[in-house]
Amino acid sequence: MNILRKKSAANLPFSETAIELFIRLCGISSIIFVFGIFFFVFREGAGFLFNGLDLGQFLTSVEWQPTSLKNKRYGALALIVGTFSVTTLAMCIAVPFGLGAAIFVSEFCSPKLRETFKIVIELLAAIPSVVWGFIGLTLMNQLIIAVFNVPIGLTMLNGSIMLALMSVPIIVSIAEDALKAVPDSYREAAEALGATRWQVVYRVLLPAAKNGLLAAVLLGAARSIGETMAVLMATGHSVNIPSGPLSWIRTLTATIAAELGEVARGDEHYQVLFIIGILLFTITFMVNLIADLVIKGIRQEQ
Amino acid sequence: MRINGRIGFTTACLLVILAGIFVMNGCSPKDDASVSKAEAAQFVIKNKGSDTMVNLAQAWAEKYTEVSSGASVEVSGGGSGTGVAALINGTVDIANSSRQIKPEELELATQNTGKAPQEFIVGYDALAVYVHQDTPIDKITITQLAEIYGEDGTITKWSELGISNSECPSDKIIRISRQSNSGTYFYFREALLGKSRDFAIGSLDLHGSKDVVEVVGRTPCAIGYSGMGYATSHVKMLEVAADLDSPYYAPNLENVLAKTYPIARPLYMYSLGEPTGQVKIYLDWILSAEGQKIVEKLGFVPLENTL
Repeated sequence: MNILRKKSAANLPFSETAIELFIRLCGISSIIFVFGIFFFVFREGAGFLFNGLDLGQFLTSVEWQPTSLKNKRYGALALIVGTFSVTTLAMCIAVPFGLGAAIFVSEFCSPKLRETFKIVIELLAAIPSVVWGFIGLTLMNQLIIAVFNVPIGLTMLNGSIMLALMSVPIIVSIAEDALKAVPDSYREAAEALGATRWQVVYRVLLPAAKNGLLAAVLLGAARSIGETMAVLMATGHSVNIPSGPLSWIRTLTATIAAELGEVARGDEHYQVLFIIGILLFTITFMVNLIADLVIKGIRQEQ
Repeated sequence: MRINGRIGFTTACLLVILAGIFVMNGCSPKDDASVSKAEAAQFVIKNKGSDTMVNLAQAWAEKYTEVSSGASVEVSGGGSGTGVAALINGTVDIANSSRQIKPEELELATQNTGKAPQEFIVGYDALAVYVHQDTPIDKITITQLAEIYGEDGTITKWSELGISNSECPSDKIIRISRQSNSGTYFYFREALLGKSRDFAIGSLDLHGSKDVVEVVGRTPCAIGYSGMGYATSHVKMLEVAADLDSPYYAPNLENVLAKTYPIARPLYMYSLGEPTGQVKIYLDWILSAEGQKIVEKLGFVPLENTL
């Protein structure tokens, strides 16, 4: 067997080896890119991070005054709270809708309707985030003013709805795949035992597809945390600790997007924006790590 | 974890289509120019900077293709800081800025490119203070604005300005501002508070002159500031006085030229070194009566000597 494989490797035409090499390079490149990006972001921010920035103030103060002439203050607490609160609220909206839609598409819907559904959901995924932001700024703004009788509709709720609409397609398509991956024998066995369709879903499919569903939710959450333009336009972009869904907020990503364009390269403010980038990196890394650990934990239990 | 193959495929298809549209769009202006003006536009003047001035710069560039035979102008926005940064890197011919270049930037540009940036005042911009059209207020003072926008300000309610804003039941003033490093933000802060006081946090920091007017036009509780060229029918521009004892002036042409309106600022263009060739011709045209007519048309204030 071993000899056979060696022989065939030696006899491979050149094109085959070239393609193999190319594919290998593609695989490695993603690792190189991730490390390259991390290195770049870290290098730009590191100088000020270790030498000058008051990290305690950065993490606990709400005073974000990066362009003050007398006393520059870089307190990112409001931005951190803003990012987490808008993401949490977005997930509260997106997870029930996303998982519900996935269950419907994979279990309850006729094949013809399913195709239409999938195309529409994919269309939803293809809408650029600046368009969502514009909808938030105009349409959703008016709607929230009318429904909640507040003076201005550019709020956390507005941003959350936009983010939810953006992460639902991701959640639906991954969750639907996870449900599809559950062997039909499970369904048949459950039905043979006299389970109703809902009981099949609730008692058999959801536990069986747990890992994939969790991955779907976490990828949706990661999309929300990283989203920029829509939250920049829809949330009011105000340095403010929110007191409820109708408060204005500002997120970490939106701050980078709004301020990086006009800041002098190498400036303290420039470096602080990169430190925010490092913070975002850390947050998404933690989310992924937790996801991995949870999934591993579930596997071991089984 | 399996990612749905279809989603990737559809997205890829859409991306290809979009890319195609972009490429076509990117090419068409040049094509038009070369078609309409036989052998014109060999020289492209690169112009970048101030968000406040981007509409103006665009209007100049468009008109210029009609009157010039030797050059076309490529305009992009991004903000005063972006324009000056590009000038420092030597990647633009003309930088637009709604604030004066800082001494250290001047030095950096000279060091980097070997040419000292030359300053041209190409018009004036009056920052108007906007409120919703239904807000029953017509005038405001700089000191009042300072207390509304400044740190530890004492005015947070409409009633504290002496008006009852029936359209705004909460009575709370919603402050609309700009992102903290825009030229407009810098200028307004200095005009209100000088160099020793900051704006209070918690304002809505919008991303663009137009957005400010758009949001104020939809929000009866709001007050905002933006270039006077951005006014719409949904908003009202307030008359402004330095303090309660001074006369109020409306943001208009006469008052800005007479220098009585308190929050007006010059708009700058910077070239690298003494402008030459096509860049000089373009700048001269901007400063001419024809170029200045466009300044007025876009709601800015033209230079005195051209009226």
